[in-house]
Amino acid sequence: MVGTYVPHAAGFVDNGGPKVVSSRFAYEDSHTLERSLSTGGYEGLRLALKRPPADVHAEVRDATLLGRGGAGFPAGVKWGFCPEGVWPRYLVVNGDESEPGTYKDRLLMERDPHQLIEGCLIACYALGLSQCFLYVRGEMALAQERIAGALNEAYAAGYVGRNVLGTDFSVDVTLHWGAGAYIVGEETALIESLEGNRGMPRLKPPYFPAAIGLYGQPTIVNNVETLANVPWILANGAEAYRRMGSDASPGTRLFAVSGHVKRAGVYEVEQGVTTFRDLFYGDGFCQGIRNDHELKMFIPGGGSAPWFFTEHLDIPLEAKDVGAAGSMLGSGAIVVMDETTDAVKACHRMVRFFARESCGKCSPCREGTSWEEKILARILDGYGRPSDIDLLLDIGDNISPGPYPVASHPDEGLDAVPFPPRQTTICPLGPSSVASITSTIRRFRHEFEAKITRRDVIPVYTEPASAVVTAGEAGT
Amino acid sequence: MSWFDATRERTAHDILARYPKPKSAIIPLLHLAQEQEGWVTSAAMAEIAELTGTTPAEVLGTGSFYEMFKFHPVGTYLVNVCTNVSCQLLGGEELLRHVESALEVKAGGTTDDGMFTVEDVECVAACTEAPCFTVNYRYFHRASNEDFDEVVADLRDGRSPIDRGAAGDSGELPAHGTLGRIRQHVPDDRRAGVVPPEQVDGAPMWMASMAGAPSDVGGEEG
Repeated sequence: MVGTYVPHAAGFVDNGGPKVVSSRFAYEDSHTLERSLSTGGYEGLRLALKRPPADVHAEVRDATLLGRGGAGFPAGVKWGFCPEGVWPRYLVVNGDESEPGTYKDRLLMERDPHQLIEGCLIACYALGLSQCFLYVRGEMALAQERIAGALNEAYAAGYVGRNVLGTDFSVDVTLHWGAGAYIVGEETALIESLEGNRGMPRLKPPYFPAAIGLYGQPTIVNNVETLANVPWILANGAEAYRRMGSDASPGTRLFAVSGHVKRAGVYEVEQGVTTFRDLFYGDGFCQGIRNDHELKMFIPGGGSAPWFFTEHLDIPLEAKDVGAAGSMLGSGAIVVMDETTDAVKACHRMVRFFARESCGKCSPCREGTSWEEKILARILDGYGRPSDIDLLLDIGDNISPGPYPVASHPDEGLDAVPFPPRQTTICPLGPSSVASITSTIRRFRHEFEAKITRRDVIPVYTEPASAVVTAGEAGT
Repeated sequence: MSWFDATRERTAHDILARYPKPKSAIIPLLHLAQEQEGWVTSAAMAEIAELTGTTPAEVLGTGSFYEMFKFHPVGTYLVNVCTNVSCQLLGGEELLRHVESALEVKAGGTTDDGMFTVEDVECVAACTEAPCFTVNYRYFHRASNEDFDEVVADLRDGRSPIDRGAAGDSGELPAHGTLGRIRQHVPDDRRAGVVPPEQVDGAPMWMASMAGAPSDVGGEEG
């Protein structure tokens, strides 16, 4: 049967395609060392340790393993940015998954922690690192338990720690809990947080912490899914890896499709082969929009990505194509909205996220995101002003000057503005808040106008649509 | 005399031993303090400052950035309802309204009996399983109002609702402050060795010996 729900990995749907990172999800005990070893676990590490470190690095570089955290930078190339002769170097694993719509790293950490640990070990070996930090999002209690358990098992069995598998190779892997801050997913903020500071992004340049990172030392920051691919590459070879997916983006990716689809789920999909239409309507995938409604819009790559509409359904799940069309695949988070969705409301909720999560370091973002949120809230509450639409775009222009990436609209004769946006801020959080605003205003301006001019929403006081402020956000 | 109890004092030193610089342990130690008291007290921050060679102000400075650290008492059970877009589309806001009326407390508040604190939170990474709420960071997927009521009834009657939650989690649902019930522990004889960066003066020793493609890869199963 095509498209089987796997009960032990909540949300994961086995679509019968090739599996690089999700091969153990079907087992209830997929997180144990025993299951890992009986299904080829640590084979990649064993093979890696028989080769010189530089060889292992070359294998990963040849596989063109693109980073899965959002930017899509090739991991093998990133690994090569460590300056010669500077020691120590660190590996930091970014498991602070919090992008709206993203649900894949939690699955990988909860369901197959040994695969991730093996990926870390191989990366450490290839780069000459003796210390790895696994930064797991604070809210993911089960993932923390599973990784702690797996590390304890792996240390005891000689896979991690002193003299890995009886060789001279020695490395410590340290589990580190986050404590609730989206911005810590930005790699320099992650490093700040790991040093025991407030998780605020560092000023660039240097653009990559590979030059100056943790404790001022060369540091490689990789996403969980990126490293989870590494054991397979070492076990099967770069060539086999490149046979999957497209030339520009080899291999598979986990995509979390949420929202108004019949079968929401996390799917492992070959990159560049499947289109959004296949994914939303295919039998092996989401099987269509709920109640057979019409699709209104979808977010192709997490809360930071400009939105797509029905005319973009035939774009393949390929970073290059999606980028050229004015958005990004980002962290593999796809949110589908049907015709019943209130575009202004959805836009407000996404902007509210960025307003709450802005770290406050750069003024355009700190002031801009919360201002945008307030304007959208008053439009929803029936107190919008006719000038508000232009004001929203103007604030956006202060955070991200110039033409903001948008999808093409052939009906209106509009070309796409390719990703990424320009920014007046240190990190992309502020500019990300503009994505939902420009996307929705450009396509659904009439919905904004209708809310602003329709006076009948005002008379009775109802609960404000802008949600209540919680105590927890006081610090951010 | 440590502010931490005897077991947690050992855990604290276990944590400190894993970092090249003690300041990195501030966040894990704040979690440990919260595990002991349910929230972060001034005395706890003073102790953490002592352990990490920082000041209490620096500990507060770091800790106050992060949402999960509470600097005032909160309920035994922290109910977080996700209302971000994926959940909003499938009724996350309605679920939050239900939670608020069922517990008679607004998001951000704590029930009079000190049992529940409700929060309206951002994406918790369960987007395909919307709407979703967590209790002390334990997930409940595809939750209806009735599901929530059952979880509350369980907790009020002293039963663990964890089996109603996402597949894979089991056991007791610990009080607020306890995150992972399993902690990393590295036996001394297995540790590769954590060295402050300023004391490292070259590539790891193994780099030289492994560069020539060793073939003696062993290990328990190998």
